Amino acid sequence: MDISFKNVSYTYQLNTPFEHKAIEDMSFNIPSGSFVAIVGHTGSGKSTLIQHLNGLLQPTAGEVAIGSYRLTAEKKLKDLKELRSKVGIVFQYPEHQLFEETVAKDIAFGPLNFGVEQQEIEKRTAEALKAVQLPEGMLERSPFELSGGQMRRVAIAGVLAVQPEVLILDEPTAGLDPRGQKDMMEMFKRLHKQEGLTTILVTHSMEDALVYADHVMIMDHGRKYMEGSPQEVFVKKEELKRVDLDVPEIIQFIFKVREMFPTDLNYHGQTIPELAEELGRITRGDIHE
Amino acid sequence: MGYNFIEFKNVSFRYGENMPWVLENVSFQIKSDEWIAIIGHNGSGKSTIAKLMNGLLSPQKGTILIDGMEVNEDTIWEIRKKIGMVFQNPDNQFVGTTVQDDVAFGMENRGVPRQEMLKRLEDSLSAVGMQDYELREPHRLSGGQKQRVAIAGVLAISPQAIILDEATAMLDPNGRKEIMDTIRSVKKKHPLSLITITHDLNEVTLVDRVIVMNKGKVWLEASPRQVFSRKKELLEIGLDIPFIAKLAGHLSQQGMPLKNEPLSHEELLEELWTYHSKM
Repeated sequence: MDISFKNVSYTYQLNTPFEHKAIEDMSFNIPSGSFVAIVGHTGSGKSTLIQHLNGLLQPTAGEVAIGSYRLTAEKKLKDLKELRSKVGIVFQYPEHQLFEETVAKDIAFGPLNFGVEQQEIEKRTAEALKAVQLPEGMLERSPFELSGGQMRRVAIAGVLAVQPEVLILDEPTAGLDPRGQKDMMEMFKRLHKQEGLTTILVTHSMEDALVYADHVMIMDHGRKYMEGSPQEVFVKKEELKRVDLDVPEIIQFIFKVREMFPTDLNYHGQTIPELAEELGRITRGDIHE
Repeated sequence: MGYNFIEFKNVSFRYGENMPWVLENVSFQIKSDEWIAIIGHNGSGKSTIAKLMNGLLSPQKGTILIDGMEVNEDTIWEIRKKIGMVFQNPDNQFVGTTVQDDVAFGMENRGVPRQEMLKRLEDSLSAVGMQDYELREPHRLSGGQKQRVAIAGVLAISPQAIILDEATAMLDPNGRKEIMDTIRSVKKKHPLSLITITHDLNEVTLVDRVIVMNKGKVWLEASPRQVFSRKKELLEIGLDIPFIAKLAGHLSQQGMPLKNEPLSHEELLEELWTYHSKM
């Protein structure tokens, strides 16, 4: 589903002395099928933004369009439930939201609420479990006996079982060990392709944004600060520094090499082994790439 | 050189009688002035170690000595004066309605006299750079500021050791940097043992020594440089190595001679420069 924001603002506790503008005059388009990373500091408005995408918040000004659904300040959306079945949000630490006796029941909770038939639910539960790479034998176990990483996968399976078209991920790898982080991101990459999803990743990790996203949006103080492909955005060292963000480590290192050696080496999406080869050539004196 | 401040002797722990062992025959020592990182995959027993250190849990087998005292019901209160803990979630560790109330809480519990309390309050808040926030409400602070206040609360009870149990995991890059800078400056002024439990590999490069846990056992104890030279094995146990160590690995595979195992940008750049100068 295409997503677009037109001059969207959201103010918490509007018309009270506690009024607080969380996002201000934001406009952007996300074409269906994109993998977008939203990056910005705590308090930059990322969480407020994503809550508009399934109508948990309604803009206080402007218009949000998700497929054929429209959210504005004036009108209440009638088919809110339908929208929510199409946009799945995986919140931070989603495992804290598990509550059922068994993994199967927990995964089924979403589809059940959206009125999916029992037989279909069973089919989807099995599929969702497979999608998050958990063994089928796990269905009858209590989710609370599982490891943190497994619990998180169960929670994600619950979102997938609703079969959303848009998947929103809020810091999905927080607290996982390095392998867990990588496995989790690879899983989302695969789901994105296989299911033809539109994926929106909220992250503090410049490295993940660089590797997985095809479009990056930087937020600062409730406004869109910059957007573009990772290769365009992440080389703008000065601009990023102004909003207290660092460029990804591989690009930082390339900049430092350029200060030391007379070379036109730049970041063009190379992997670490490829960069090593380039560095080999530069240090041996083949200065120009 | 410090003395052995924390000592685990053949410690085993499990959460229930029919449950699997979370820690199995774990032994190590931490010196009174040492900075240690404990790393390991999720479920490897890292946080359990932290909870055993200050008596939140007690082991079924083995002994734990803190400053020469065995951790048990009789010593637990004495030991908690010696060890402060900062946990992962900045929102779960506040009790006071203002920053100063919160920092004072631990001191009040220990009956620190008022004059002394005021002095320590000021000292500990300035140690973490939060002296201008005394009257602010904790929940209005940023994640990094909240964790700094939590560290101030711990410093105020003048512990001999501080355990940071994934204290930076929920923070954004700015917050992480704030905490690491704070810790480094605290470490410089106070000779204490510092135990960082973390998944952040760049944090690990800063410490004196690393304890690597795997499936409830101590897998390796070594300097960060030695630990990160074992890339293949680390990947096998669910861990990883920092970007610079990876890049250095590929460079030496291509035949570039690197003298040390570089861990920082500067170290690797220096190696590149040396190699270049010899060409």
